[in-house]
Parts: sequence; C-alpha cells; structure tokens
Amino acid sequence: MGQTVAEKILARASGKSEVRPGEIIWVEVDLVMMNDSGGPRRIAANLERLGTGVWNSDRVTVVADHFVPACNDIEAGILALTREWVRRQGIQKYHELEGICHIVPIEKGYVLPGTLMVGGDSHSCTGGALGALAIALGSTDMLGVLVKGSVWLKVPETIKIVWEGNLPPATSAKDMILYNIKQLGLEGATYKVVEFTGDTVRRLNIDERIVLTNMTIEMGAKTGIIEPDETVFAYLAQRTCVEYSPLFSDPDACYSQVIRCRAEELEPLVACPHSPDNVEKAASLPELPVQQALIGACTGGKYSDLAAAARVVSGRRVAPGVRFLVAPASREILRRAAADGVLAILVEAGATILPPACGPCAGLSNGILAPGERCVASTNRNFQGRMGSPEAEVFLASPATVAASALAGKIVDPRVYLEE
Amino acid sequence: MPDAIRGRAWKFGDNVNTDLIAPGKYLKLSNQEMARHVMEGIDPELPKKIQPGDIIVGGSNFGCGSSRETAPAAIKYAGVGAVVARSFARIFFRNAVNLGLPVLECPQADEVATGDELEIDLKHGVVKNLTRGTAYQATRLPAHVMEILNAGGLVPYLEREIAKNKNKGG
Ligand code: SF4
Repeated sequence: MGQTVAEKILARASGKSEVRPGEIIWVEVDLVMMNDSGGPRRIAANLERLGTGVWNSDRVTVVADHFVPACNDIEAGILALTREWVRRQGIQKYHELEGICHIVPIEKGYVLPGTLMVGGDSHSCTGGALGALAIALGSTDMLGVLVKGSVWLKVPETIKIVWEGNLPPATSAKDMILYNIKQLGLEGATYKVVEFTGDTVRRLNIDERIVLTNMTIEMGAKTGIIEPDETVFAYLAQRTCVEYSPLFSDPDACYSQVIRCRAEELEPLVACPHSPDNVEKAASLPELPVQQALIGACTGGKYSDLAAAARVVSGRRVAPGVRFLVAPASREILRRAAADGVLAILVEAGATILPPACGPCAGLSNGILAPGERCVASTNRNFQGRMGSPEAEVFLASPATVAASALAGKIVDPRVYLEE
Repeated sequence: MPDAIRGRAWKFGDNVNTDLIAPGKYLKLSNQEMARHVMEGIDPELPKKIQPGDIIVGGSNFGCGSSRETAPAAIKYAGVGAVVARSFARIFFRNAVNLGLPVLECPQADEVATGDELEIDLKHGVVKNLTRGTAYQATRLPAHVMEILNAGGLVPYLEREIAKNKNKGG
C-alpha cells in the first residue's frame, strides 16, 4: 500500500522506511519557527532552568510580527527580550518588521519541500503550500524541540480535497477554503492532514496556495499540504541555493476521506460571526453596513491579495465612513506593491497602509473594533472578541469581496464592481 | 499528580475557542495575570467565581483556534484541577499536558451540569459524577503522556531527563 506525502515526510523525519496513521513516533525537526508572542519570552526562563541552549541555531528562525512596532512599554520589553535572546543563542535568522511569521520564512527560502517544520503559532500549517509538513506547537512543546531537536507526534490520517475546473471571475483561493471549511466544520479535520490537489490547485500561484494551507487549522487540521510542483521549484530557485528532495503521494496512498469539488460552481463566500465555518454566499446576505474593511494577515495580505483588491477599487473611492486598512504581510510585498503601482491605486481609493505585521488580525494594534462595529476582513479567524470588542462582528472574505464591500459601505458580492 | 482529582464542575458547550479562554488583548500579560481573565469571553464573572480545584467540562473541540499556551495556562493558573471534554483541539490538548494540566476526553461529558461534584481517576480514565451517582469511562491517556503529567509538565520532565543523561555520562 502506498503512502501520502505527509506520511513520507514523517517516515523520513523518524528514520523509518514507512509509518502508518495512529503510530506514535519521534521525529527530527528540520526547521523551527517562533514569533515574538509565543516564542522566546515564554521559553527563555525555562531553557535557563534546564541549563541548556538551543540544539542547533541554524535550524531556528524567529520572526517578530505580533508586537511590532511596539504599542506600549510592555510590548517594547517583549521585543527587547526577543532580540537579546536570539543574539545570545546565536540565531541568525531573526526578522523584525519584515513581515508575518508564516510569510517571511517562505519568502526567505527556509521552508523546503519534503522537510518537517514546526512553528510556535497555530497557522504554522501555512508552510504546507510549498510541500513541507508544517506543524503547529505550543510554547512548552517548542521548548522540548529546542532542547532535543525532536518531538513526539501521532501519525495523522490524511483527507484529500480535489478541486477541478476553472475558478469563475471574482472568486479565489479564499472562496475555495471557505467552501471547504463550511463542508467540514470547525473540527472536521481534527488530528488530520488535509492534502489539496486537482488541476484548480495546480494553477494557483504560491500566494493563493498559502490561503488554502493557512486556513486548514480552521477545520482543526494538524496541517495542510500541497504536493510541490514546477510552481514551487521555480519560486524557490529565486530564493535559496539549499538543496532539498521533494516528496509526493503515491497513487495508491490511503486517505481517510476524499472530497471532490467543482471550481465552476464556486461563488464569492463570506464567513459570518463568530465562526469561520458559518459561511454564506456574499450575494445572499442582507444589507450589512461595515465601518472597517481590512486587507491583511498571513492569509490575506500577500501581493496577490493587494493586487486583487486594487483591481476592484481602481479608479473608485471607498464609501464615506469606512476605514479601509491594508496591512501587507511582508516588507517584500510592500516594496513590490509600491514599485508596480498597486499601492498607489489602493491609497488613491482611500486606503490606510499599516505596517507589515499582524496588527488588527488578532486585535493587537491598529484597527481594533468598538462595540457594535462591523468589519469585513481578508483574515482567517472571526471568533468573538478577536479583533477587539466581543460585541463587534468580523466577516471573513476574499480580498476582492473586502475591497468591493469597502466601496459599497456594506458587504457585497465583488461581481457588482468587476462585471460593470 | 494525585491519584484522584475532585472538584466542582463548570460546564460549557462545543467549540470553546482560545479567543474566548484567553483573549488576544491580554496576550502581552503573564500567565498569572492572564488567569484573572480566564474564560472571560464566555462569562465575564467566571474569573471571580472559579475556585481552586474546580473542574472545567466542555463539549466537542474544546480549545480550538490559536496555539497560544496562555489558554491552558490561564485555566491552570486559575487553579483548575482538570479539563474534561467530549473532544479537544489538538494543540490545546498537547499544551495542557505540557503544562501539567490533566485533560480527559470523555464521550459522556454532556451529562455533567455546572455544580456537579466530580472525581477523576486519571490512571484508569474514569470520571465519577458524585452528584448524580454515575461514572463515565474517558479515553485513557497514553503512557508517555501520563509520564509528563506525573512529572508535573514537560519542563520538570525534561529536567529529570537531562539530569539522568548527565549521570549516565559521568
Ligand atoms: S496575521 Fe493573524 S493569523 Fe497570521 S500570524 Fe498574525 S495574528 Fe496570527
């Protein structure tokens, strides 16, 4: 019987020829990612207590994105501790104000096909877009990894989601994943890997693939993965000279579930409060005025997301009273959007550009909601209270839908603007 | 870890997420400070009402959402003895074990009501409902998970392991 790409990566990382779902194994980790929130500040004291340091500083990257730039002295203190800690541990791959922790390691070429990565943040599943197995861990688990370079895991089953056909205009990867989250529910993939495949997925660029893997945690998954292909190899060729050996699923691999979806049938979707699986068609919603529209986060602040929003708002102005916030997911994205005019289009339409950081996504800074306010966002989570007041509402949608809603001052189907 | 954990139940529904247990706006605080806001997102009065030794009981997918360890930490530092739920989100489950907070998957968790007196036998995975005179069989924790819980969490566990290895070396 064949193996899935996830099983092959785990087998390689555990030094076995094959592994099967349900087995508990110890795996060697190729890359560790931490951010400023769950990272050094929650680990440094315990590492000292154990009287040891990081097992291999070359394999560790730290990205400060939650508290940058600092809003108060507590956050400034956390950042100071983070900088000091990476310096003492000899960690070279430290990135501050360069972007979000799930995007920067991909851009820097640290995330490689066939490798095992662990990240100290729930959206660490993002790395699967390049064909790595990227698993999220909490801080204390991470401490164990930093000390030993290994961790125990249960080999998960894999769900295969096959997308076939062409995406209709005005829809994108965000609509695909919202569709899947609605299908599977918040815990439909708990403890499992979700592998995306099919010709629709093959045609997506890296920015769009990231949306799929990033939001697999919203269905409880251990991680999401897409088998690497020419798109990935070409992307990495520009970014790293480190060699890697990609892995692929066998044709006779065993899946716990196979879900087939037709892209042609997709319409712009929106996840309503307060859960990412509370998904409706944008066109079917009642009139819902918005005070804030946010393009941002690891999910929805990439170059393709900014460009999609720019296509909608080009030559138009956002509705009066709407705060249209754009937080690029990295400095590289900001630079590219500034260079090719995308940023100018957004600013002309009335956008406020935020630093390349997490910011409002998790209610950390720059764009916190008041009670009774409503925000439409290209982010990934809309749990009650996440973006500020528990009495505020967050609707999740594609960048095109967010941009169209900013123009209309209420949540609308982006086809209203794109088909004119 | 004591053999039996006994306490009063606080019952919650399905999909209790980490933004409700430990809201992002408090992320900059320490675990102890965060405990003063534990589960405030669901019941703003809970931090005042919860007593050391109490047991939290949830439905399915307890602790879904963020990987923030502050969620189980807030529960632990509020003095909670254990969390029992129909099922847990993967990261929450691991984090709780690593912090030495017992977590038990129990299919009959829904039969518990707030205020019920519970007694948990971790070793055998049995949850007794003393108020109702019933007992539920929960999923027994794997041996290596019990080892970490018995040590009081992953840090003391690693501490012991490192000491053992040093002795071997010397
Ligand atoms: S952008 Fe949002 S979801 Fe992504 S890492 Fe930051 S806080 Fe988490």
